[in-house]
Amino acid sequence: MGYLLQGETGDWEVVIGLEVHAQVTSKSKLFSGAPTLFGGEPNDQVSFVDAGFPGMLPVLNGYCVEQAVRTGLGLNAQINLTSVFARKNYFYADLPQGYQISQYELPIVGEGVLTIDMPDGQTKHIGIERLHLEQDAGKSLHDQHPTKSYIDLNRSGVALMEIVSKPDLRSPEEAGLYIAKLRSILRYLGTCDGNMQEGSLRCDANVSVRPKGSTELRTRCEIKNVNSIKFVQMAIEFEARRHIEIYESGGTIRQETRLFDSVKVETRSMRSKEMAHDYRYFPDPDLLPLVLDPKMVETIKAGLPELPDDKKQRFTVEYGLSPYDAGVLVAEKASAEFFETVAKGRDHKLASNWVSGDFFAALNASGKTIEDPPVSAKNLGELIDLISDGTLSGRLAKDVFALMVGTDKSASILVEEKGLRQVTDTGAIEAAIDQVLAANPDKVAEVMAGKDKLMGWFVGQVMKSTQGKANPAMLNELLAKRFQK
Amino acid sequence: MSLDKSAVRTIADLARIRVPEEDLDHLAGELSNILTFIEQLSEVDTDGVAPMSSVAAVGLPLRADSVTDGGQADAVLANAPDKAEGFFSVPKVVE
Amino acid sequence: MTQLTSLTIAEARVALAKGEFTAQDLTQAHIKAVEAGRGLNAFITETPDLALEKAKESDQRRKAGQVGALEGIPLGIKDLFCTKGVRTTAASHILDGFIPPYESTVTANLAQAGAVSLGKLNLDEFAMGSANITSHFGPVINPWKRKSDPTAQLVPGGSSGGSAAAVAAGLVMGATGTDTGGSIRQPASFCGIVGIKPTYGRCSRWGIVAFASSLDQAGPMARTVRDCAIMLGSMVGHDPKDSTSQPIAVPDFEKALTGDIRGLKVGIPKEYRPDGLSAEIQAVWDKGIAWLKDAGATPVEISLPATKYALATYYIIAPAECSSNLARYDGVRFGLRVEGKSLDEMYANTRAEGFGAEVKRRILIGTYVLSHGYYDAYYIKAQKVRRLIAEDFANAFKTVDVILTPTAPTAAFALGEKTDDPVTMWLNDIFTIPTSMAGLPGLSLPAGLDGEGLPLGLQLIGRPFDEETVLKVADVMEKASGFSIRPKGV
Repeated sequence: MGYLLQGETGDWEVVIGLEVHAQVTSKSKLFSGAPTLFGGEPNDQVSFVDAGFPGMLPVLNGYCVEQAVRTGLGLNAQINLTSVFARKNYFYADLPQGYQISQYELPIVGEGVLTIDMPDGQTKHIGIERLHLEQDAGKSLHDQHPTKSYIDLNRSGVALMEIVSKPDLRSPEEAGLYIAKLRSILRYLGTCDGNMQEGSLRCDANVSVRPKGSTELRTRCEIKNVNSIKFVQMAIEFEARRHIEIYESGGTIRQETRLFDSVKVETRSMRSKEMAHDYRYFPDPDLLPLVLDPKMVETIKAGLPELPDDKKQRFTVEYGLSPYDAGVLVAEKASAEFFETVAKGRDHKLASNWVSGDFFAALNASGKTIEDPPVSAKNLGELIDLISDGTLSGRLAKDVFALMVGTDKSASILVEEKGLRQVTDTGAIEAAIDQVLAANPDKVAEVMAGKDKLMGWFVGQVMKSTQGKANPAMLNELLAKRFQK
Repeated sequence: MSLDKSAVRTIADLARIRVPEEDLDHLAGELSNILTFIEQLSEVDTDGVAPMSSVAAVGLPLRADSVTDGGQADAVLANAPDKAEGFFSVPKVVE
Repeated sequence: MTQLTSLTIAEARVALAKGEFTAQDLTQAHIKAVEAGRGLNAFITETPDLALEKAKESDQRRKAGQVGALEGIPLGIKDLFCTKGVRTTAASHILDGFIPPYESTVTANLAQAGAVSLGKLNLDEFAMGSANITSHFGPVINPWKRKSDPTAQLVPGGSSGGSAAAVAAGLVMGATGTDTGGSIRQPASFCGIVGIKPTYGRCSRWGIVAFASSLDQAGPMARTVRDCAIMLGSMVGHDPKDSTSQPIAVPDFEKALTGDIRGLKVGIPKEYRPDGLSAEIQAVWDKGIAWLKDAGATPVEISLPATKYALATYYIIAPAECSSNLARYDGVRFGLRVEGKSLDEMYANTRAEGFGAEVKRRILIGTYVLSHGYYDAYYIKAQKVRRLIAEDFANAFKTVDVILTPTAPTAAFALGEKTDDPVTMWLNDIFTIPTSMAGLPGLSLPAGLDGEGLPLGLQLIGRPFDEETVLKVADVMEKASGFSIRPKGV
């Protein structure tokens, strides 16, 4: 049994379904020609359509439709050749039309599946219920004025894909893995940039609990608009414990919409959602049913990139990587491409270790992105070449790598400049050994008397005297021979 | 179907139209009459008939993804009853 | 100059071309007529200065050899069309002070054709009404009078009542109307003029304040069939900004007026003779059938069985769409705001004060029929019946080329009559609504006068996008009727 929460009456299982709102990567909005750029002066990226002016009509962005289809295919999902845009009616200050154009009964994408990779190397299939296209609302700012809220409609009308999972997730960890994997797939597909800080990816979590062993689905609460994986996990855990406490004290859960407060680490009821809502969905009479040409779907399918699951599988086979190492490398398309550039024609394991190890560490430390890496794939590849041909020891290579970070200098140039070439000349190493032995006759005597532990000390001393350049294998071998004499 | 006062109040709330208490009875009567009138549809046999949401026979047209609009905050805000600092402003909302 | 206001568009076109007068003369004459006709309350906003400026530009274009189809013709615009820089009200308090920063496609098309707008015409609030009595700016008065009681103020029909009255009284040479359930045809009938609602999708809806999106359609109202044909040609056309606008070519509607309808089959629906249909309406209808027979067409009895449910269907679908379309009037971005302690209170106050009684009733009914638990029983049911209504017409058009019916069950009635019960008022549209439900082109033309000397109209209904046949038949009937009696005016 996996993740369980202990209550006073026993163990509880958490049931989670996620609704992810992913902003479609497009230049213009779903139903208007206004731009979708993040930021900008308030209300400056707004058409009269987005602002719900009288007589304004929506015209669908064909590229957003393609993006939704692409995403559906990437999630191994059913593409619905006929889908319908519906109006979801409710009043809110940042919803200019008084309705959101969304899809209800007939979404563009139906059931699919997403595979999450558990840390123990196992995988778990999470059902996708549906994906539909809808327009985003504007933004309300509540902290600019003591008695007023300010409304910015720049986001109003931006295309979103709402991707709804089945209630197949059972722990905050699984929820986190699901979001990370979904984000990875969307970024591979180029259908959403996955930027959670800018709100390109937002998550609503539907949470309920049930006693361990039960299969019922109890009343769920929806936690709205959480904008980081960590917060989603914290919100789920808080909410699950809240449910358990209420059940165990004899209470019942009311189905409601809640807000996560990341400062207080708690969820609370949304006052703005208290008024009874009834969305009165009906097909938008301004928009006819969307009918897709099967050929268009085929064309998109044929142009799909290799996705993380397939790439991971290929990396384990082609490069002999462990599923874990492969999983790390394929999480970002650009990392996988970086790795493949480095690994081409080189030792795969060595390439994998260097990319996942020193390179990722340097990437994180530098604050740079894989698109603008601290060390280029070409330079890293050359460094590995220098290891393979014996120019550099592993240890020297780490020093050279540290020098390479942030510069555009190749490993070979740095090796020459700094004289870091590994010493593989037997005579030179033996000379260094001679010096050390001569300077430490007492320790030589101790080794001869059987104190093998001191061998390491001698290796260290010789390395020191060669500024670390002595080939470690040769040094060990020569030193051992010396003491055998 | 006849609507009572409380049903009318619920609908009016949903439609965000304030209806004074003293008008509810009269309105309930009017709306009930209308519902009685439209309920004659129940006598029509519509088994197997697909709902028709539009008479237009063609599919939904698609436009190219290009930026052709925006950059007109002044015009967007020009008619606003209340605005400040480039924003529309409304009574403060507590979430 | 008064005679300039009694010309038809076709006549004025010839005279302008000959240089008998200028667009400025013509516009000036109509501006005077508008001033003199203020008692009709046909205009909400008069724009005489703008009109003269446009007329001057038109005269300059004509000198330069650029002559549009409506070059220099003074028209009125129903105040449901957004006009850039000119107040647009939809006859509602809720759009207080709204000045659109854009021009509707239809009015832009008309301007492109050289037409000169004299201003914005009164209508029922948000085009909801059949008597033009729901306008925030007061009722419009029909220029026609009852013989028996010339002092009684009659309604012009609605919702395009200002358009119909202005055209009938010679304040404008033609006007734009919009028709959702009969709002062009019924007032045309009440005011003794011609009006055509084209096929749904023929005219762009972009920039027209929406009432019921699946039904709304703009069209011309003028004093002759030919004038309507001329105007229609300039109003329509595919508009990529309206996703329901059809990408089909615009025919030369005027060319369709050949006068030859020999061999055409004209459907006469038996269901349009309900018990209690007035003998006068019946007589006019029979007269219309006789004219068509004389011109070589063949009347054929047809059946449109689902027609009797059209009104009930309409009063589910139109309010449902309107309840959603009118949600944007919330006091945030334009128009009236009535403050409140909270956002929801501000909404409720604004909408309570901003909308009139009929609009509120329809929003409430629409909200109800879409709400949880009632959607299938009302809305989906209505959409199914709508299909049956449309199929009736489709079947009929397998055997006939055009359908002839009365436009309205009565002549114009007096202000204050029929206002007790909303449903009784809705019965005005009993003959026009089925056409709207099916999206078909429908035209009303005056066919005679009743005993009180009031005009009665007949409706011609055509196949989808076959406005040409409708106009051709109407033209023949117009000539046969010899109807040229104009109202006395104010």
